[in-house]
Amino acid sequence: MNSKDNQGPLWEVFIQSKPGLPYKHAGSLHAYDKAMAIDNARDVYTRRKEGVGLWVVPSDQIVSVQPKDAEAFFDPADDKVYRHPTFYTMPEGAQHI
Amino acid sequence: MHFKKLEEEDPKKLEAFQARIDAEERIEPKDWMPDAYRYHNIRQISQHAHSEVIGMQPEGNWLTRAPSLRSKKILLAKIQDEAGHGLYLYCAAETLGVSRDTYIQWLHEGKAKYSSIFNYPTLNWADMGAIGWLVDGAAIVNQVSLTRTSYGPYARAMVRICKEESFHQRQGYEIMTRMMNGTKEQRQMAQDALDRFWWPSLMMFGPHDTDSPRSKLALQWKIKRATNDELRQKFIDKTIPQAELIGLKIPDPELELQADGSYKTGEINWEEFYNVIKGNGPCNRERLAHHREAHARGAWVRKACTAFNEKYKGELVLN
Amino acid sequence: MKPIVKYILRWADDALIMSHRLTEYCSHAPFLEEDLAISNVALDYLGQAESLLNYAAQCDASGKSGDDLAYRRQEHEYYNCQLVEQPNTDFAHIMVRQFLYDCYNEETYTALKHSSDQTLAALAAKSLKEINYHLKRSTEWMIRIGHGTEESHTRMQSAVDTLWKYTGELFEVDDLDREMEAEKIGIHLPEAQKRWERAVRTIFEKANLQIPQSGYMVTGGRRGKHSENMGYILAQMQYLPRVYPDAVW
Repeated sequence: MNSKDNQGPLWEVFIQSKPGLPYKHAGSLHAYDKAMAIDNARDVYTRRKEGVGLWVVPSDQIVSVQPKDAEAFFDPADDKVYRHPTFYTMPEGAQHI
Repeated sequence: MHFKKLEEEDPKKLEAFQARIDAEERIEPKDWMPDAYRYHNIRQISQHAHSEVIGMQPEGNWLTRAPSLRSKKILLAKIQDEAGHGLYLYCAAETLGVSRDTYIQWLHEGKAKYSSIFNYPTLNWADMGAIGWLVDGAAIVNQVSLTRTSYGPYARAMVRICKEESFHQRQGYEIMTRMMNGTKEQRQMAQDALDRFWWPSLMMFGPHDTDSPRSKLALQWKIKRATNDELRQKFIDKTIPQAELIGLKIPDPELELQADGSYKTGEINWEEFYNVIKGNGPCNRERLAHHREAHARGAWVRKACTAFNEKYKGELVLN
Repeated sequence: MKPIVKYILRWADDALIMSHRLTEYCSHAPFLEEDLAISNVALDYLGQAESLLNYAAQCDASGKSGDDLAYRRQEHEYYNCQLVEQPNTDFAHIMVRQFLYDCYNEETYTALKHSSDQTLAALAAKSLKEINYHLKRSTEWMIRIGHGTEESHTRMQSAVDTLWKYTGELFEVDDLDREMEAEKIGIHLPEAQKRWERAVRTIFEKANLQIPQSGYMVTGGRRGKHSENMGYILAQMQYLPRVYPDAVW
């Protein structure tokens, strides 16, 4: 159903807002090659000092969990509360722990 | 692309979908959604994207005549934002399974609409003020409510857009203020701009709720978060005092301040509204022709980029 | 007019007129991302022009503002090179014009960074960051569509053939240049020219483009003599300030 004209593939843009912080997804754009993708990411997504670092990734290279698998992937973590520090009872008066 | 009618959908799935909506969950691209929901979003988000992009033209009309370096910078930065907003919205719309090329094709074929406000001409410099203040002002009222829309990519695009757009309305009002503080001719330009843009701005919110058949389902699915009339009233009530503050007169002899502090306006000329939608506005043909021509003139560039990338497999080596 | 004012105006007017041409292109780019990118370049030039014109006005000390200099001069009082006046014929002309000018900016601003005039040196250093990016971008575009398709290559070569004759005056040296260089305010153009030629040749080779054989070069921009385009640019740009001289915008 899509027309024959070509706007180039879609890329996902990730921005690091300050040194040391993790990269966060900012949005998407079209570009025909890697050099153009990183240039476009700069020109589209960092015009207001949003970042000090940029990643671009071809959207079709991202692997994601399918909705039908979501329960199998994520629900089993629900009852593993012993992975969290609040699960444990500390004796009264215990400090720095 | 075939879209199932609502009656053809599995009622159980529909019910579960509505439950997610009611729980204020966001719907993501790969989630199940009724075809009618997908269709409504395809239509609404692309219409929104086209509006941003076509909306570059009326202001672009004055770019080369901007009267100071400061105003030229601001105007260009604002129009550039509109291109950016169109871009974010096309990307959001693409997550629904339709490519940007196709959306553009639909626009060129007249299958997709854009906001009628951009079919009005910009005739003097104060129009740059009126557009920022009124048109962006009206858009912001609508867009702030859309940051809570149920389709995730659309809501995220709206958050970014609202953040960027906060300067648009202010720069417009600043232009109007400067014009009203200026020479007699400048004050006349400002009033003339308001006279021409006031009613079309009110029309931006769409027909009255009673005449808006698609609204019900869109509200039920929380694609729309407030009705046309609610949003319009909000805009009217905040804009009129701003006009009065700088000495502009709202071109509505029936305007009335009510006991509760809100304003009652005269009736909108709906005949004009439907006429412009049908294509009979002052600039409909010109706006579309401009977009078509620019797109056609760019075809060889897009082809060259594709060909280059195929030859060199995405690597552009400079050194 | 003091020599330094005229010298600053040469730099300022290049940026001013180039920004105007790119501004004209807004909403005409081949795709949305490129529209944003070109507007960014135009905004960089507008910023550079504004700073330089304000500084020229300050040095001039005749009560004129930067905006007065931008909007209220006669055509022969603009000292930009004619390359930046050339129209947006197609995307190939835009990119070739851009690349030739970016290369020129890269070499000349790198030298101007060492000007004995502190303000000019600081403005040059600030602008150079922007220029580095412009050059990266236009270089990529030269290579991309210099190869691309047969059509894109033909269009690029035709743009080169049209625009090459405007590169000569970029490096013309006159008395003002010599005076400014002697005072260590200005730059040594022949050195910039050598570097420019080397850089341009390298990228033309990578982009599969030929430098035209004819050695004909136009001249005059730096003395206020322009191409036919300039009058139309100014007619639009100066329209409001000229028609409403008392208005404050």
